Amino acid sequence: MSDVSANAVGFVRTETVPQSAPPSNAAGPAKWVKDNLFAGVGNSILTILAFIAIYLILAKIMPWILNGVWDAPTLSACREVLDGATGGCFAVISERWNQLLFGFKYPSDLYWRPALAFAMLFLAAAPVLFFDLPRKLLVFTGLYPFIAFWLIWGGPVYYPIMALVGFVVAFKVFERLEKQNFALALGAGVLGAAIVWYLGTMIGPDDAARKAGSLFAAGLEPVPSRDLGGFMLNMMLGVTCVSLSLPLGIALALGRQSSMPFIKYICVIFIEFIRGVPLITLLFVASVMLSYFFPPGTGVDLFIRVVIMITLFSAAYIAEVIRGGLAALPKGQYEAADSLGLNYAQATRLIILPQALKISIPGIVNIAVGLFKDTTLVSVISMFDIVGMIRGPILASTDWNGVYWELFSFAAVLFFVVCYGISQYSQWLERRLATDHR
Amino acid sequence: MAEQAKMQVSDEVAISIQNMNKWYGTFHVLRDIDLTVQRGERIVICGPSGSGKSTLIRCINALEEHQKGSIEVDGTLLSSDLKNIDKIRSEVGMCFQHFNLFPHLSILENLTLAPIWVRKTPKKEAEELAMHYLEKVKIPDQANKYPGQLSGGQQQRVAIARSLCMQPRIMLFDEPTSALDPEMIKEVLDTMIELAEEGMTMLCDTHEMGFARQVANRVIFMDEGQIVEQNEPEEFFNNPQSPRTQLFLSQILGH
Amino acid sequence: MTIMTDPPKGAFRLSMLLNDTRYRSLTLQVIAAIVLALAIFYLANNVVSNLTRLGLNINFAFLGAPAGYDINQRLIEYTSQSTNLRAAFVGILNTLLVAFLACIMATIFGVLAGVLRLSNNWLVSKLMAFYVEIFRNIPVLIWILIIFGIMTVVLPGPRAFRGEDAEASMFLGISAFTNRGVYLPGPEFSRIFGETGILSAGIGWLVALAVLVGSFFGARTVNKRATRIQEATGVRPATMLTNLAIWFLPIIAFFIITGLSFEIPELKGFNFKGGIKVGAPLIAIWFALSIYTGAFIAENVRAGIQAVSKGQTEAAGALGIRPGRIMSLIVLPQAMRVIIPPLISQYLNITKNSSLAILVGYADVTATLGGITLNQTGRAIECIVLLMLFYLIISLSISAVVNVYNNTIKLKER
Repeated sequence: MSDVSANAVGFVRTETVPQSAPPSNAAGPAKWVKDNLFAGVGNSILTILAFIAIYLILAKIMPWILNGVWDAPTLSACREVLDGATGGCFAVISERWNQLLFGFKYPSDLYWRPALAFAMLFLAAAPVLFFDLPRKLLVFTGLYPFIAFWLIWGGPVYYPIMALVGFVVAFKVFERLEKQNFALALGAGVLGAAIVWYLGTMIGPDDAARKAGSLFAAGLEPVPSRDLGGFMLNMMLGVTCVSLSLPLGIALALGRQSSMPFIKYICVIFIEFIRGVPLITLLFVASVMLSYFFPPGTGVDLFIRVVIMITLFSAAYIAEVIRGGLAALPKGQYEAADSLGLNYAQATRLIILPQALKISIPGIVNIAVGLFKDTTLVSVISMFDIVGMIRGPILASTDWNGVYWELFSFAAVLFFVVCYGISQYSQWLERRLATDHR
Repeated sequence: MAEQAKMQVSDEVAISIQNMNKWYGTFHVLRDIDLTVQRGERIVICGPSGSGKSTLIRCINALEEHQKGSIEVDGTLLSSDLKNIDKIRSEVGMCFQHFNLFPHLSILENLTLAPIWVRKTPKKEAEELAMHYLEKVKIPDQANKYPGQLSGGQQQRVAIARSLCMQPRIMLFDEPTSALDPEMIKEVLDTMIELAEEGMTMLCDTHEMGFARQVANRVIFMDEGQIVEQNEPEEFFNNPQSPRTQLFLSQILGH
Repeated sequence: MTIMTDPPKGAFRLSMLLNDTRYRSLTLQVIAAIVLALAIFYLANNVVSNLTRLGLNINFAFLGAPAGYDINQRLIEYTSQSTNLRAAFVGILNTLLVAFLACIMATIFGVLAGVLRLSNNWLVSKLMAFYVEIFRNIPVLIWILIIFGIMTVVLPGPRAFRGEDAEASMFLGISAFTNRGVYLPGPEFSRIFGETGILSAGIGWLVALAVLVGSFFGARTVNKRATRIQEATGVRPATMLTNLAIWFLPIIAFFIITGLSFEIPELKGFNFKGGIKVGAPLIAIWFALSIYTGAFIAENVRAGIQAVSKGQTEAAGALGIRPGRIMSLIVLPQAMRVIIPPLISQYLNITKNSSLAILVGYADVTATLGGITLNQTGRAIECIVLLMLFYLIISLSISAVVNVYNNTIKLKER
């Protein structure tokens, strides 16, 4: 600017001022430390306090982890190895690894089955979680429940196949009729599936094998569901209940937004009731009360009863999240759908839900994380999930009586990895949806 | 205007509104509306905000219910019968101030949605139809983009094309240019003018007086829920009768 | 949908039930009501036939029968001869006690962590982020067990405090942290209320509370006067010292007059006697719930402060208001609107999660009514219904409070 003389009013720049480095006190690591750790007296005190806290925590934990014993048959053997020094007996984790993951009753030669189902879960979940993947992968997602069911419980392949056929028939019938009338198509689809399942149970695997080849009777060794346990049980409850509660939650949310007062209040009462009581009381219902609601003589499995109650529980919470998504949609979307002549079912399915669900995904993921953590509550009604395994068979065994911290830390780490992973995904998705203007 | 003469107005009645009244709660928004629209007519409705012009247009499409009087569109009485409502909605196209395109669908999907699900047109045919109308509004190259990637003017033209895909006999426009930046208003108005020249029956609630002069064969002035004055554009602008019309025109044309 | 008062043309046809907007919604609701009634009938029928098959009935008479079990942690008189109803009531009070304590502590943790997470100090903010993530992503049940473990495994037994060279010593000589619980000095009034037992001590505390309430109103008067002076003259008089005096002098005077003294717990026999005993289960559930829910509250607090747009701070700054005043006049009032509703719903979560106390043997209502009473009497349906009813009443009252609050703070908009 020096070439601008004081009395000249007009000015035209002919050369660009070159970019230069900032003065040395405005950049660099020293500046960063000063700004972020020691800016002012109060800030410096905070930093020192934080350092002391970190030191105290690490001083307690690090020797325990670093000095840990990973290979010993019992606690006393582990204590001998440690010889009085501080250190964790992580040997219990390697020794009871299978029990922690699969429970203590699942046949050990069949561990590959749930492990395979777990590996396939990633493949099945991928197209749901990442929109950019080819939509064709969703076919596998649709097949996954039947494959996983068969792998975990075993039994003749006939049953999962019949269940799948029922769903396929329902879907085909629905697809054929849906353009005419949604309610009619839905009813016909349900009817079709019911007929298939009825016929399926009438025929049974043995008859089917005699008539249509031995393939149908072929199967894996069956495992009763009371033999399920460990972290596998938490994963199964979490995945099953979240997937089942999604459609129910959508229905409840739509019902709560309905203009028909009767339907609206039924949904409100249901949602508020479920949200008003702790999950543990619902689990009590599952363990001691729910059997009364089934027809006399049908001994419904505890696993299924627990799945029913947890599903109802999470459906109520998911419904509230989706209601938020529905409320966030501009009124113009409903009006545009109306003015084009779409009816309620069409507008809801083609216009409203796709948008509302997209907005709700982060909230739904949060509910899913919470629900997954809550699956540990089943240990209270004496199911042997990972917490139940630790508190029951493992801590009670003479070999490992007293290995408290190692086991609970292990469970904590497992849950942390899964939940933190999911919540990071949710945040990534939120950022993506925020920038995604479509 | 020489061009106007070319546009045919037939004797056939397209919309007939008789003694229609509407209330929001106790507030009387529309009072004793009587309006007959002939096939091929281009009507511009103007008036201050809150005068009920937007509500009138939305009543014709049953987006709002009216409590008294009758609305008849192409001989179909707008009653509580869902079939009649569906019939009228599939014959009447509507464009909104905020376009209301479906943001989760591509432009092409926006256009084919209603033909496929309401008219039960095969997908291929619906797509051909959609491309035809996209060419008409001069944005065929945007077919695979999403609404959020288009400018406001382009979005409004897509919205017009979306209505045209249902091959309506009547088009309603609810302030189609109010949400647009000034430089985009022209492209939307051009599309509407083109539509008018093809003989589409149009009812348009707008503040674009230039458009009214050039295209309309009738201008209606509404205030406080009533039709205050209607006339041919020449007469309406040059020689308004009612003092309220004069005041309104002096306010919007005065600067 | 369109509903017109004009009479429809033509007679009523059956198809109009579905195709006419006047009847359609009614028809659908009647269908829904019939389906619901059938479902309820089916379920009720199953219950009745199951109960008759098992020879059971629904009967609440068991509530009047003696409970027959002991409860360690209790706020009101209770023996094993008391009724089941009284046991349930002891449980309810215990639930409310732990929920109340945990709400206060969780708020303190949450606000501290939430504010510190926004601190300019990189280390502190990362440390708080670490706290939040660790506690949010691990089930509260595991936290309860871990903290209960710390209480019972790490802390020494009362025996360790005995002898000349004891392994453990009392904290500052007045409190003992043992694996059976924490023993704190118990306050007593030696004069006036001294010799007449627990009830009059209770009256003493009530009087102390009244003194504090008086101080509150006194401080408010001083502040109002300061505001009046500020409005009149533009200068706000310094009130801090006056306020401190109003808060502390009366209560200190009260304690001196009544002769407040503390009974120090002492080791007698196998256990500590005297003072206040806070049981290990109560501390475990209290602390675990606080620190777990505190992580969620921290996120709410952070979101609330961040929700106040930067433009607000800048606008206030541009008007020349000092940073401290910007916080109290502009940012906090707006942030509170965002923070308080989720905060209350976290309180509700604490109350519901306190039902996990059953895991560590704290006798809350789930453990007494839904646990021991249920198992001893076999009255599953009755116990669970009563238990749910209790939690529902709590939840609905809290939601009512939230609704009232939301309505009062709603921004005035056109």
